[in-house]
Amino acid sequence: MIEYIQVKPLPQELADWRDRIEAIAADEGLDFFKTIFEVVSYDKMNEIAAYDGFPTRYPHWRFGMAYEQLAKSYAYGLSKIYELVINTNPCYAYLLEGNELVDQKLVMAHVYGHCDFFKNNYWFSRTDRKMLDTLANNASRIRRYMDLYGYSAVEQFIDVCLSLDNLIDFHRPYRPLDSRQELKPQSDLPDELIGAELELPRLKAKEYMDEFVNTDDYLDQQREKIKQEKLTQRRHPSSPERDVLFFLMENANLTRWQRNVLEIIREEAYYFAPQRTTKIMNEGWACFWHTHIMTKRGVLDQSEVIDYADRHSGTTAPHKGRINPYRLGLELFRDIFDRWNKGKFGRDYYECDSLAEREKWDTGAMEGKRKIFEVRRHHNDLTFLDEFLTPEFCARQKMFTFENNPRARQWQIASTEFQEVKQKMLSQLTNMGQPIIEVYDATYQGGELLLNHLFEGVELDDNYTRPTLKNLYAIWKRPVHLTTYRKDKSGDYQSVKITFDGSQHSELPYAPLPPSA
Amino acid sequence: MSRIKQDHSRFRDIVRGKVRDNLKKYISKGELMGKQGGKAVKIPIPQIDLPRFRFSTQDGGGVGQGEGQPGDSLGSNKGQPGEEPGEGEAGQNDGEKALEVEVNIEELAEILGEALELPKIEPKGGTSIVAQKDKYTSIRSVGPDSLKHFKRTYKQALKRTISMGQFNPSAPIILPIKDDMRYRSWSTSSVPQSNAVVIYMMDVSGSMGEAQKEIVRIESFWINTWLKSQYKGIETRYIIHDASAKEVDEHTFFHTRESGGTMISSAYNLAWDIIKSDYPPSDWNIYPFHFSDGDNWSSDDTRDCISLLREHIIPASNQFSYGQVESHYGSGQFLRDLNKHFALDDQDCTLVCSEIKNKEGIVDSIKEFLGGGR
Repeated sequence: MIEYIQVKPLPQELADWRDRIEAIAADEGLDFFKTIFEVVSYDKMNEIAAYDGFPTRYPHWRFGMAYEQLAKSYAYGLSKIYELVINTNPCYAYLLEGNELVDQKLVMAHVYGHCDFFKNNYWFSRTDRKMLDTLANNASRIRRYMDLYGYSAVEQFIDVCLSLDNLIDFHRPYRPLDSRQELKPQSDLPDELIGAELELPRLKAKEYMDEFVNTDDYLDQQREKIKQEKLTQRRHPSSPERDVLFFLMENANLTRWQRNVLEIIREEAYYFAPQRTTKIMNEGWACFWHTHIMTKRGVLDQSEVIDYADRHSGTTAPHKGRINPYRLGLELFRDIFDRWNKGKFGRDYYECDSLAEREKWDTGAMEGKRKIFEVRRHHNDLTFLDEFLTPEFCARQKMFTFENNPRARQWQIASTEFQEVKQKMLSQLTNMGQPIIEVYDATYQGGELLLNHLFEGVELDDNYTRPTLKNLYAIWKRPVHLTTYRKDKSGDYQSVKITFDGSQHSELPYAPLPPSA
Repeated sequence: MSRIKQDHSRFRDIVRGKVRDNLKKYISKGELMGKQGGKAVKIPIPQIDLPRFRFSTQDGGGVGQGEGQPGDSLGSNKGQPGEEPGEGEAGQNDGEKALEVEVNIEELAEILGEALELPKIEPKGGTSIVAQKDKYTSIRSVGPDSLKHFKRTYKQALKRTISMGQFNPSAPIILPIKDDMRYRSWSTSSVPQSNAVVIYMMDVSGSMGEAQKEIVRIESFWINTWLKSQYKGIETRYIIHDASAKEVDEHTFFHTRESGGTMISSAYNLAWDIIKSDYPPSDWNIYPFHFSDGDNWSSDDTRDCISLLREHIIPASNQFSYGQVESHYGSGQFLRDLNKHFALDDQDCTLVCSEIKNKEGIVDSIKEFLGGGR
């Protein structure tokens, strides 16, 4: 890995620009780790991108798959990676060799936005800033396992783990292993869990008769009874666990190397999770700063304006079939900047009914800059949109929802209503658009694994569900069950339990699990 | 070998089915469709999609941005919403498994070969069929006066005069001496001569409808593409037949609609005549392809066909390929007859038969035809 750390110095011209842009970025209040730029060839760029920015990762075919796709689309002129930056301290950023100077300047300005975001956003606060080293260590561990237990065996197990790597808790920062020891199964229930003596069911009696009616023997009997009840009721985990990978690591019957591989997959899934849950904000923030630095701070030369505009608009063009995170993030940050500059917030503003007045609202608050820095610190995409998406913004940005119309065999615009748009956006961002699945009970039917899908109106894809259950079985080694809902013939959703018992799948109607407290 | 190369070759091995059979069911092949004459071609990018718990996409939908009112279309639900037709984009979303790009024929053949893992063909006749051709494109300093190159001679003389300092711009007289003389000369170039011929035969009797012909059209386009990449030059001949056979040009081959009965032997006879007169089998790589719905007129005719194939055509050809296109009207009897008379499963049998049920079957059928590397 040393070869990747020994960075070739930038050519002098780029180095001068880097110093200038860095100074401007710092002057604007951006706060970033030291950022190291390197110019790489397209092939190297594709390679680094295939490894998600970390050339030090463990050997696995899926990186080869990503590489083939990148290399082919580059070869046929369909796509090109301009920039790549990783969340480490120091930050490493890669520039594509042969790009024009204006591109490189734009990318550098953009990168400082990302670096600031990595350093200051809450959701990144617990990510491992030495990830290059960590991943290299993980890789050498996996290589060692491959030497010891066979390439295919380890690779196969990695595939099984990867098939479950979306079963983590996306809306919680990574918790390292040792802080959660209390999850270990407890052999006996301590007394305090049974409740105070006063809550034992007592026979009704006048106060002076109490000690004769509710005798100690009787109370002991009651206490024993409750204890028995609690024991039979006891589930493990006591409340459902969304970090399924963590639960499996702690409780599944694995060999040491398998547990370590699972931990590596989980660690990496958690490391990359904030990049997915803050995609809109992160890109928006970087775009906000690259436009600002390029156009308002004199970095852009007059002769480069057309090229810059072409590049910038290519990146931030709206798309009818999906949300372009660059655009949405940029526009939303601009909107917030503008609103807080004009004081378009607070009770007076929200209670104002006159559209014209709202339109012209300007208290001269000039809070915009403070606000956007605050926003970039606290939010992720979900809360960002929940809090700052406004009806005016949606209308101005011409946002709409679309659906599949099977009869017309077309995608069609469904609605331009604010509530609908916001609802759809939020539901897509919740849990990264992944189904929420939690471990409900690992003592089910004497040690079988019961998972619960928190159903929110969209079915699971059966073609994927069954093989995934099979993979879960490979880890748990006893039958696994998943409760979910499925449309029956009349179009109603029925609660079902899908089981894989080691040889075959079965699906049975099942009473919905009680919601957890 | 760099790390990514290792991971990439591991991935290719999995895709090719060399290792990790258990992943095979997750590989999506992508498409391999090209419009003949059209430029847009889909490049398959194999992907392995590991199973994960995920939402069924049918009732999906999403949020977009742009002009439009509720009810406006965003394009066919077969593709991605909002995608302009023909717009190429790398597949980032699930389900997008192919790139749509414009490529030239050589690249296409390469892609085809790679996608279908076609073996390279060992040509017969080999190197001998390279024509030596002389062209007067060279220059020498000796030669007959009739080949004197005045311009080059003058230039040479001018150069010499200037470098000797004898040039006088006011009286620019150049006197060439013997060393300045330049004569035209020849250079020899070897031009590979075509030594492969593909003879396409198609049944155009009434039972072959448009859909069947479309299949033949696509399939023969790909076959041509592949064979062209394997031989320096290649000739194609086209025969159509119903109850009688005739040789036609490419356009007619693909666009005729005849009707009437079917005598397959007529086509085989004509093909054999062509081979005999134009393509001595010792020097030529001969690839007859015959497409039909398998409905022959009579069993007598089938018998004739079998004996023609057995005695003449198959021994002369590298490989005889018979593709049977499924049609509503055809009985498909001919394939069964061939099966009866030839040991098709035999490794050395150069008769290859393939049943093409529909357009999706084309890829497999091409593989059957060309997979033998003959």
